[in-house]
Amino acid sequence: MVDDSPLGQVIALNQKHLVRKVDGAEGLPAPHLGGGVLRDVVLEQPFDGAAVGFVLACLPDGKGPVLWVQDRSSRLENGRLYGPSLPEFGFGGTILRVEVSHARDVLWAMEEGAACGGLSAVVGEVHGAPPVLDFTATRRLALRAERSDVPVWLIRSGDPGSLSAARERWRIGSRRSGSDPYDPQASGAPVWKAELFRARGRSPGSWEVHHDRSALDPADRLRFLSRSGDGSLAADHDATADIARG
Amino acid sequence: MVLAREGAHGPVIHAVSDAARERGIVPGSRVVDVQAIYPDLHVETADVAGDTALLERLAVWARRWCPWTVAEAGGIVLDTTGAAHLFGGEAGLLRDIGARFAMQGLRARLAMAPTRGAARMLARFGPDGVICGLDDVADVLVSLPIMALKLPEKSEQLLIRLGLKTLGALEAVPRLSLMRRFAGTVSEANPLILLDRALGRAADPLNAPPDAPRFMARVRLAEPVMDPVPHLDALAENLCGALARAEQGVRRLRLTIYRVDGEWRSRDVATASASRDPAHMVRLLVGKLEGVDPGFGFDLLTLEALWTEPLSLHQDRLDGGRDAGADVAALLDRLTAKLGPEKVTWSAFVQSHVPERVERRVPALAHAPVKPVAAPRARPLRLYDPAEEIAVLYAVPEGPPARFRWRRVIYLTGRQEGPERIAPEWWRDRPGTRLRDYYRVEVQDGRRFWIFRDGVLGDGRGSDPVWFLHGVFA
Repeated sequence: MVDDSPLGQVIALNQKHLVRKVDGAEGLPAPHLGGGVLRDVVLEQPFDGAAVGFVLACLPDGKGPVLWVQDRSSRLENGRLYGPSLPEFGFGGTILRVEVSHARDVLWAMEEGAACGGLSAVVGEVHGAPPVLDFTATRRLALRAERSDVPVWLIRSGDPGSLSAARERWRIGSRRSGSDPYDPQASGAPVWKAELFRARGRSPGSWEVHHDRSALDPADRLRFLSRSGDGSLAADHDATADIARG
Repeated sequence: MVLAREGAHGPVIHAVSDAARERGIVPGSRVVDVQAIYPDLHVETADVAGDTALLERLAVWARRWCPWTVAEAGGIVLDTTGAAHLFGGEAGLLRDIGARFAMQGLRARLAMAPTRGAARMLARFGPDGVICGLDDVADVLVSLPIMALKLPEKSEQLLIRLGLKTLGALEAVPRLSLMRRFAGTVSEANPLILLDRALGRAADPLNAPPDAPRFMARVRLAEPVMDPVPHLDALAENLCGALARAEQGVRRLRLTIYRVDGEWRSRDVATASASRDPAHMVRLLVGKLEGVDPGFGFDLLTLEALWTEPLSLHQDRLDGGRDAGADVAALLDRLTAKLGPEKVTWSAFVQSHVPERVERRVPALAHAPVKPVAAPRARPLRLYDPAEEIAVLYAVPEGPPARFRWRRVIYLTGRQEGPERIAPEWWRDRPGTRLRDYYRVEVQDGRRFWIFRDGVLGDGRGSDPVWFLHGVFA
């Protein structure tokens, strides 16, 4: 028993079982773009497209289609995914859209998709915290994803912070974008703040993510920069030492 | 009233009502001809496929009287050998059949004869409810018209031209000469062979289709027990063995326990895809057994497959893996079956400049997926359809508003890009539709919106232009 937790006494488990070394690059996110894992994405601000952009950039270029499930309130709140913008994100696959009215059906469709090895990924969008989206539901999704090796992403907008059994939980927000080299007035490539606030097998952290839409390999699309907070990082943005290629 | 079907030269009459028959309308004549004679004729389209399906279902239902039944040529044939005494003899059986059909609102013309052909002819052309034995079948058939044989039209006309209008006349002609004339025809179109079959001189067995297979496993227990779980493994193994022999997989299962006090309880489980895995079945069932009240115990358990689907035994690939495309197709089926075809869609793309028209949704079952085409300019990741009006709080002469309110939150515009002018499509839009000037704006916290002004001041198409928010960039 250890007494140093703010919650009181906790049982200290053997650290070896909790934290797995990630290819020697401990601390860098290096998202396994494939891999059947359930990942949660929470929006930092409402109506933010950054979370969807982050998920799209992480999707593998599989042969099969991506199952994209959305419930009605999320559709009203955040709008629909817009197909013509997808090639710009380097996404060249096809998307099977499922639009349902209730979060219960979203979870059912995601479970069906997560059990289907022919899909390259499953993405679900749920707005708010419906009672059906509880710990048990996310745990079922996580187990299914691990069995079929299909990556599953759950985008939760307007979430007050409910429990989740996701193996990784991300909080994504927009930051001021980089400048456009041709137009000083215009906004450039997007910059996102990605916070991994709960993870299994790696340590949580917070990064600034640049999306490089010119990268050919989907694994190179996201560039993670550690947030040091002293401002010196801005000078050597492209310093290779700090760039993690996922 | 008559029923019509499509013929080679326009609609022909398929079936007639009693009133129409009295007026001399016969099936097979053309509707226009009959309408010329009876202008007030009521014509409905015949549902031939539906009639056939109904007849096949009725044939299975008719197995309540005897096990050998088959639907053929617009009727049902029952082989009642050894079954009539159960219903009080042959007359009693016919009465029962007539009454049961009448209960369903159907009028049946019945006949009983020692051969299939004779019964078929008597039901259509003989007196209603006639019963004849082997020794008087020839006497009864003698007076029937030649049409009763259901020959092809050419053979029938030939016989009539020869003056053979009844079966008795046909029987009286020397056999050898007629046989030579019909030597080239198949046995179903040869009047002599048909007559032989009807009189019992040639074999004419009834080939009844087998019952739909029913998969059920049961466990009988010597002593009543309270907990069904230990017996589930054996039940599931038995059921899966039977399913594997028939190459079927189960979609819906029912477990029934029969209690010693005569009550029974059942639980249904459904699977998303056809399955033949006993462990999976047991897992599904165990979760359902919590609320089952065993009473004083039960001594019989049955596990029944209510809905089965073909599930082949063969292996798709050498390494034992499954075909990914088939997996996706099965997923599509399941999603569409549960949610409806309009909810499960692919995107289809249309050549248009108006953003909300570019992407269309088509049902996934009926269409193949297409890859998206890149837009010539930056497009938002999310699109609101319809676009939402924003309130301008601080406008500037050129460019987007410096401050606006959307969904009760005030945003300050930072960097912006535009305008991208999209003109209305005059060949499709209503007259008076205004052009749109799209701007890509970044607000104070880094979120980027796609807003547009509907029209320009002084374009003569309405009052001051209104601003809308149409999409969100990543």
